Amino acid sequence: MIETLVDGLDPDGLARFQAAADAERAAAVLAIAPHRLGGAVLRARDGPVRDRWLALATSVMEEGAPLRRLPSHIQDDRLLGGLDLTATLASGAPVLMKGLLAEADGGLIIAPMAERMGRGLAARLASVLDHGEVRVERDGAADRFQARFGLVTLDEGVAPDEAPPEALLDRLAFLIDLSALRAADIADWSVQADAVAHARRAFQTVRHSDADLEACCAAALALGLHSLRAAGHALAVARLSAALDGRGAVGETDLAFAARTVLIPRATVAPDLSPPDQPPEPPPEPPEQDGSEGAEETEDTITAADDLAVEAVAAMLPPDLLEKLRQARGPRKGAGSAGKGAEKKNQRRGRPAGLAGSPPYAGARPHLIETLRAASPWQKLRAARPGADAAAPNQIAVRKDDFRYQRLKQRSQAVTIFVVDASGSAALQRMGEAKGAVELLLADCYIRRDLVSLIAFRRDGAELLLPPTRSLTRAKRSLSSLPGGGATPLAHGLDLAFQLAEAEKRAGRSPSLVVLTDGRGNIARNGEADRRQAAEDAAGVARSIQALGVPALVVDTSARPDRRAQELAQAMAARYLPLPRGDARTLAAAVQSQSGARAVS
Amino acid sequence: MPFPFSAIVGQDDLKLSLLIAAVDPTIGGVLAFGDRGAGKSTAVRALAALLPPIEVVAGCPYHCRPDARAPICPVDHCDGGTVKTRTPVVDLPLGATEDRVVGAIDLEQALAHGRKSFEPGLLAAANRGFLYIDEVNLLEDHLVDLLLDVAASGENVVEREGLSIRHPARFVLVGSGNPEEGELRPQLLDRFGLSVDVTTPRDLKQRMEVVRRRDDYERDPVSFMETWKRKDAAIRRKISKAKAILNDIETPDAMLEAAAKLCIALGTDGLRGELTLVRAARAEAALNEGGKKQPPVVGDRHMKRVAGMALRHRLRRDPLDETGSSVRVDRAVEELFG
Repeated sequence: MIETLVDGLDPDGLARFQAAADAERAAAVLAIAPHRLGGAVLRARDGPVRDRWLALATSVMEEGAPLRRLPSHIQDDRLLGGLDLTATLASGAPVLMKGLLAEADGGLIIAPMAERMGRGLAARLASVLDHGEVRVERDGAADRFQARFGLVTLDEGVAPDEAPPEALLDRLAFLIDLSALRAADIADWSVQADAVAHARRAFQTVRHSDADLEACCAAALALGLHSLRAAGHALAVARLSAALDGRGAVGETDLAFAARTVLIPRATVAPDLSPPDQPPEPPPEPPEQDGSEGAEETEDTITAADDLAVEAVAAMLPPDLLEKLRQARGPRKGAGSAGKGAEKKNQRRGRPAGLAGSPPYAGARPHLIETLRAASPWQKLRAARPGADAAAPNQIAVRKDDFRYQRLKQRSQAVTIFVVDASGSAALQRMGEAKGAVELLLADCYIRRDLVSLIAFRRDGAELLLPPTRSLTRAKRSLSSLPGGGATPLAHGLDLAFQLAEAEKRAGRSPSLVVLTDGRGNIARNGEADRRQAAEDAAGVARSIQALGVPALVVDTSARPDRRAQELAQAMAARYLPLPRGDARTLAAAVQSQSGARAVS
Repeated sequence: MPFPFSAIVGQDDLKLSLLIAAVDPTIGGVLAFGDRGAGKSTAVRALAALLPPIEVVAGCPYHCRPDARAPICPVDHCDGGTVKTRTPVVDLPLGATEDRVVGAIDLEQALAHGRKSFEPGLLAAANRGFLYIDEVNLLEDHLVDLLLDVAASGENVVEREGLSIRHPARFVLVGSGNPEEGELRPQLLDRFGLSVDVTTPRDLKQRMEVVRRRDDYERDPVSFMETWKRKDAAIRRKISKAKAILNDIETPDAMLEAAAKLCIALGTDGLRGELTLVRAARAEAALNEGGKKQPPVVGDRHMKRVAGMALRHRLRRDPLDETGSSVRVDRAVEELFG
């Protein structure tokens, strides 16, 4: 008793109390009209709290409402629907079978490990959530099925950029974080089933005033939520919340609840709370999802001087540098689209990529529908041939040539590792331009949706400034705050790059290296200032990088193309590119030619 | 029941580009890229309800015109009568398989009767209408290539499962997507005639109006449609009128010259940009000034209105400059037309 009292007094406990109460209420509100709200994103590790919340929500769903779990590896025929082979063969006419989404009509779908969900699956779910129906155009058959469900995604992400796909986040009303809650916080969770049932009948008639609408829209705007869905969701949640309490109009508490569960967790900026536009009841706790960092993200950390350097280099770097870098090893077939590394064909898993007449790998299962399709034109002929089984005239004769196999391909995520020489020799001469070059390549990575990582070396060691990330802003920021000066521990930098590349490869990604240096290493591996030993060490690591089979590019940042950087490139089997000289004249020309054609060096 | 077109708040460029494509289908399609929840797919689906009906041969799966039957139409039952039908707006759902897109052997005929016959796919269904792809940047590369190829050539060639079929497939390709999900390959960009950037309004009053209308619609779609019926009908009349007078609209040489100058100033490759710009300006004139006694003459104001959507995706891109192309077009337009 005393314990709970003390717990209630400490601010952390208060926040947990509020969070627990909100989560409890959200479960009930969702169960009233799951499809109207899209659903909920549940941020929590697997455990009793999450299980309890799910049990709470499902216990008050409509009588007989379906509940389905969505495995992340689900295939399109099970997700959307497809040809029912048995029924098709039995009846001689195509019979479509419903997919999981249509089966869940009127109920809930639970998607575990949503932070790892692919964009393709997310887009399919998003489209069905929008339309409330599944349109099937598959396997030679077409139909549509009603599919009005609520989706609960279970997000077990730990790192800030581990989150469910944006396309889904945008469409699910609730964003609920259970990760701070303890078993004691949820001990008295309960929902009145008859209150939910009553609300289900009454919520359409709940009124809201224009001021309520304005409150939702203004709060969304103040929190930096550009999508209009958030404000609409907040209004709907407020109405459902009023209905749950049996009230006929939206009240202050409903709006506050909607703000805490829909709007605030999505905030991208800390709200500027000027009195007239004040959103309903500002939150007691700070925005959970790194609102402060979001504000920083929008800051422009690149100074005007840096911009000029970028312009200058932009005019002189060959376009598609990274593209060419990747083509250096194992050319990619066809024109691949954004952001992926080496394409691996004949995979055991991945996205469908056409059909093959022979098994792509030993033990592959044939694609039944395509096999049948291939066999079907010959049935009359085969039935008429001597040796055909006269006792079973309805059997389909399938020959070896008819078999078709689904080919799958998988692209691995590309990671570009920048290794920047920030030593005195490099920094004094070309640091600005080197930064400019990296920035250009970064922009290229961004468009391709590659991950980028940044390693810098100077003085007596190398440092991983930025572990692989997709955030261009973070990369730019760590680049612009990069200090320069000191000796050149080239071998250390390459060592770290090698280790990172190896780790990335192990993780199934496709790393490539971009090294910006003048090649004048003067610190040996053992930390001594020995120029000769340093060169040997660097060459040694370079050869291991080559052996690892990582495509690499060496950008020579010395005043004029230098033998040492060229040799380094050779040892790594890397492309070599002397960084073009950006003097005042070319700089001006680059600025002028901004809208014109880009000169290629 | 789709959300009514006239009830869409703001998004003037998006709405105009779709109307232009409805008036002049040869414009080469529309690409709408931008923010989530800004109403891209709502607008496309709403357009379907506004398109004037077309005359087709009864029972023809390719919607052949009764007066000009397609010479490559593979169907020989084109002796059916004439019926009026809605202009098809076909939605290509994600997860559609290639056989449903291009068409494939009819399984029922093959299994039950051992007959080889062609079952037309979505490309056939879209002939003389619109084909809409939401999340076009998430579509399999080989499907996108195929669609663009068919959209450009106007016919679908099927060579699979022992079938050899050609059929007409002329449609306006409309693609939408969110750039954060991945960029569209640059070589595909300028295959679209018009391109619009869709952003959610930043103005509170406008945002409130969007949420209010959406909410009204979801609560009571029937009476909401009733409220907007007349405004939708007015737009439908505008499209029909513009289609009727499109060929009477004069384009002075000065405007052709201006189009060429603009394209040179912006460094767009090829002639496609100029052609699209002039056509779009003509369609815009027909739409917005078609109600007068005399058909309008294409002038500066029409060119200025459509220059952005006709040209912005044809500029060479500068990777660091994300909003650059629209600004560059605006600047060039400003210089040329003042």
